[in-house]
Amino acid sequence: MSRRIPPALALLLLALAAPLVADDYWFNAILIPFFTLALAGLGLNILTGFAGQLSLGSAAFMAVGAFAAYNFNLRIPELPLLASFALGGLTASLVGIAFGLPSLRIKGFYLIVSTLAAQFFVQWALTKFAWFSNDNPSGVITAPRLIVFGHDFSTPVGRYWLTLGVVAGLTLAASSLLASPTGRRFMAVRDMETAARVMGVPIFRTKLLAFAVSSFYCGVAGVLWAFCYLGTVEPHGLDLTRSFQVLFIIIIGGLGSVAGSFLGAAFIVLLPVLLDHVAHGVLEGSLDAGNLENAQKLVFGSLILLFLIKEPEGLARLLTVASRAVAQRLLPRNFPRASAPITVLTATTEARRDLFRKWRQS
Amino acid sequence: MQFFFEVLIGGLLAGVMYSMVAIGFVLIFKASGVFNFAQGAMVLFSALTYVSLVERDLSPWLALPITLATMLLLGVLIERVVLRRLVNRSPMTLFMATLGLSFIIEGASQALWGAQVHGLELGVPDLPIEISGVFISQFDLFAAATAAVMVAALSLVANRTRLGIALRAVADDPLAALSLGISLPRVWGAVWAIAGVVALVAGLLWGARTGVQFSLSLVVLKALPVLIIGGFTSINGTIVAGLIVGASEKLAEVYVGSLMGGGIEGWFPYVLALGFLVVRPTGLFGEASVERV
Amino acid sequence: MSALALSGAAPSAASASETASSSGRGTPLLALERISLSFKGIRAVNEIGFEVARGEICALIGPNGAGKSSLLNVVSGVYRPESGAIVFDGQRRSHVEPAWAARQGISRTFQNIALFKGMSVEDNLLTGTTLTTRASFLEHALGLPRARSDERRQRAEVAEVLGLIGLTDHRSAPVGKLPYGLQKRVELGRALAARPRLLLLDEPFAGMSASEKQEMAELVLSVNTRLGTTILLIEHDMGLVMDLSDHVVVLDYGRKIADGAPDVVCRDSAVIDAYLGVDHTSSSGGVPGSARATSSAASAPGAALEVA
Repeated sequence: MSRRIPPALALLLLALAAPLVADDYWFNAILIPFFTLALAGLGLNILTGFAGQLSLGSAAFMAVGAFAAYNFNLRIPELPLLASFALGGLTASLVGIAFGLPSLRIKGFYLIVSTLAAQFFVQWALTKFAWFSNDNPSGVITAPRLIVFGHDFSTPVGRYWLTLGVVAGLTLAASSLLASPTGRRFMAVRDMETAARVMGVPIFRTKLLAFAVSSFYCGVAGVLWAFCYLGTVEPHGLDLTRSFQVLFIIIIGGLGSVAGSFLGAAFIVLLPVLLDHVAHGVLEGSLDAGNLENAQKLVFGSLILLFLIKEPEGLARLLTVASRAVAQRLLPRNFPRASAPITVLTATTEARRDLFRKWRQS
Repeated sequence: MQFFFEVLIGGLLAGVMYSMVAIGFVLIFKASGVFNFAQGAMVLFSALTYVSLVERDLSPWLALPITLATMLLLGVLIERVVLRRLVNRSPMTLFMATLGLSFIIEGASQALWGAQVHGLELGVPDLPIEISGVFISQFDLFAAATAAVMVAALSLVANRTRLGIALRAVADDPLAALSLGISLPRVWGAVWAIAGVVALVAGLLWGARTGVQFSLSLVVLKALPVLIIGGFTSINGTIVAGLIVGASEKLAEVYVGSLMGGGIEGWFPYVLALGFLVVRPTGLFGEASVERV
Repeated sequence: MSALALSGAAPSAASASETASSSGRGTPLLALERISLSFKGIRAVNEIGFEVARGEICALIGPNGAGKSSLLNVVSGVYRPESGAIVFDGQRRSHVEPAWAARQGISRTFQNIALFKGMSVEDNLLTGTTLTTRASFLEHALGLPRARSDERRQRAEVAEVLGLIGLTDHRSAPVGKLPYGLQKRVELGRALAARPRLLLLDEPFAGMSASEKQEMAELVLSVNTRLGTTILLIEHDMGLVMDLSDHVVVLDYGRKIADGAPDVVCRDSAVIDAYLGVDHTSSSGGVPGSARATSSAASAPGAALEVA
C-alpha cells in the first residue's frame, strides 16, 4: 500500500494545482472527461480486472446512473445534489445486480451475454419510455444546477472541483476495498474459482457484490458525465461504443490496477487530442473528422494488440517497471538490481518448534 | 394465419443469415479456442472490398476471386502476425486481441474504401414469390440456398479431406495432434482463411440485403446469441440456433413489440440467450465439460 | 445492502489439540461409507469406505486413475457422490457442500497447484483466513474499526504461517514467479491459515527434489504432531508413506483393496500385485507372501518399494 501512495499523491497534487494553469477548454474537454472516464474505468476494473467477470455493459450502468440521478433530483424537491448522485449510483447498482444474477449459472465467457443484454435493453428502455426524460419532446434534457452546500459549482472550475472531489473520494474507498478481505475474495474468484469455493468464499455473493460495487461506480461516473461534463442527460452517447471504450481504458491502463484505470483514461482522452494536433501540425488539416476516427481506430487496435503481446498488464506495469529503472539509476542503494534467487529455506528445528508452540497458544 | 407464416418464414430465413456469420465463429473456436470478435469486421471488409472493386468498373467475375484471395491472405496474416504471439494465453486475452483486430480491420477498411454506404447487387431481386398463398422473398430463399451449399461444402471438407481431418484432430486435442506431426500453425492458418471465406459469403449476402455500411460489423453481435444457444462448438447447433433466434426475434417484434412500442429486436435475442443459458448452461448442443481438479 | 454483508461465520474449528483430548476421542474424525462416483458412465469410485482417526496421518495410495483425487474431491465438496455417506465429526451427510466443509475446518491442497496466481504469497495465505472476516464490505471500504481489526488479526495469523513455512522474506513475491517446490509450500500454508481440523493433501510432495521432500515431510509431520491436525494425504513415494503415515488405504480401479497399518498393507499380496511390484533379484529380500511377477510390475532390481 505504501508503494502506491506516492504516485497517487503526486496525481492529487497535480490535480489540485491544475486550476492555476488550466483554462476552460482544458477543464471542459480534457480534465473533466478524464476523471469521469477514470471513474468508469475503475468501476469496470473492479468487475473485470479484479473479479474476473467480463462486462460490456459499463455504459449502460452509466446511463442508468445519469437518468436515475436526474429523476431523483427532479421529482424529490430539496434533495441535496450529492444525495442524488448516491441514489443514481445505487439505482445503477440494483440494475447491475439484476444483470449479474445469471452468473449463478453461467460461467466465464458466456456471461458476456448478460452485460450485452443490459447494454441494449437499457438503451432501448431509456429512449422508449418518455417518463425517464420527463416527457421532454426533444428528448434532450438539461442537467440540473450544481449546488452543493449552498455553493454553485456550475462554472468549469466548479464542475472540475466537484468531479475531482467525487472521484478522489470514491477512488480512496475503492483502494481500501480492494486491499481488504473483500478485494482478495474478488481476486480469488477471478484466479481460481474452485479453490476459492473450497476455502469457503461465497462465490455467488462475491460475484454479485462485484457487480453491485462496479455498477455503483459506473453509475456515479454516468452522473458526472451527464451533469458535469456534457450538461445534458441523454442515452445516445452511452452506447456500446462507450462500453468498449471503457474496456479499452482498462486493457491499456492495466487490468486489476487502480492506477491503471487512470492511466488508461488519460490515454484515451489525450490520444485524439494528440492525433488532432499531429494532423493539423504535420498533415496540415488533411484529416477530417471521419479520417480522424479511422486513424484512432487503427491506433487503438494496434496498441491493444501491442500491449496484449508485449505487456499484458498494461501501462500500469510499464510505468512501474520504468520508474523502478529510473529509481535504480538514481538511488542504487535503495533498489538493488536483481533480487537474490529464492532458494529452499530452512527454519531451524528450534525456531520451528517455537513457532508451533506460539501458534498453539494463540 | 398467413401473416404469421410470412413473419415466421421471414424470420427463419433471417436466422439462416445469422447462422452463416456464426459458423465463421464456430470454425475458429473449434480449432483454436479463440472467440474471434473480428469476424464482423472481416464480414465488413470483404463486402467493402468487393463492392469497391465493382464500383471501379471491375467485372464481378474478376472482383470475386480477387476478394476471395484477399480474404484468404487476411486470414493467414492474422494467424501469423498476431495469434502466433499469443499462444497459450488466457481466453480473455485472446478475445481482447480479436477486439483489437476488429478495430484495426474496421479502421483500415474505412480508411481504404471510405465510409459511405454502398449498394451491392447480386443479381437476385428482393421480390416476393408466392408459395401456397404465402409470400416469401426470393432473395431470402437464395440466401438460404447459398448457406446450405456452404454448410455442405464445409462438412465435405471436414469429413473427406485431409485438412478437414487434421482440423478435427486439432479441435479435439491439440497436443495429441501435435504429437502426430500435424502442424498447428498451418491448420490454424487454414481455419482463419476458411473463416475469411465464410465472412465473404456472409458479407456479400448481408451487404446485398442491407447495403454495405459500417453497421455490418455489428452483425457479429447478433451472432453471439446464436452461438450461445447453439453451444459454440457445433455447426448443426449453430444452424438450429440461428433459426430459433431469427424466427423468435421477428415474431417477438411483431406480436410482443407492438405492445411495447417496438424496437425490441435489439435486445430480445440476448434475453432469449440468457434464458437458455440459465436452463442449459452449455447451450443446446454444447458439451458439458467435466472440470478435473 | 445488509443482504450483501460478507461477514463470515467465525470458524467452528476448535484447536485440534482440544478435540483430541475430548471425550469423542474414540470416534473417527472422518468416515466414508460406500462412496460411489461415476464420470460419464465410468465408475471412478466404487463403494469405498474407510475411517480416519482423530490426529492420525492417513495415506491414500494406489495407481493413477484409482480414484484417490476423486475421493478427496468428494470430501471437500467438489464432487457429489452418487451414493454413500460422508461422516465428519459425527455429522452424516450424503454429500458435502464446499462452504460447509470449509466452515467445519476441512482444508486442502490440489494436485495441480491451485494458487491464486494474480496475488502475492501473503495475499494467498490471507485468503485462507477468509472465513474469519467479521466486517462487511462497506466497513472495509471506509476503513472502519471492525475492518481494521480484521486486517490486523488476519495478517498476524498469516505472519505466523509464513514463519512456519519459511517464506517470511518472500511474503510479497507474486506466487507465479516462485519455483514449483515453494509454490507447493504456499499452498500448504494457505490451507494451514484456515486452522483446519482435517487437512487434505493431494500429492504434496510431487515434483520435488529429495531435499525439498525432506523439508516438506518435516513440515507435514510437525503440523500433525504439534498441532494435532488430522491429515489425509495422497502420495506415490512409498518411502514417505511408510515414514509419515499411521494408516494406509490402498485403492485400485476405484475399489479399496487394503486398509491398515503401513507395514501390514505393504505385505498384502493384492497390494503388491496391483501397485508395489515384485523384487525378482534378491532371494532373502523382497516382500514375503508373493512370488508372482505381475505384468505391470515395474520391477527394477532392488527397487521393490519405491514407486515414483
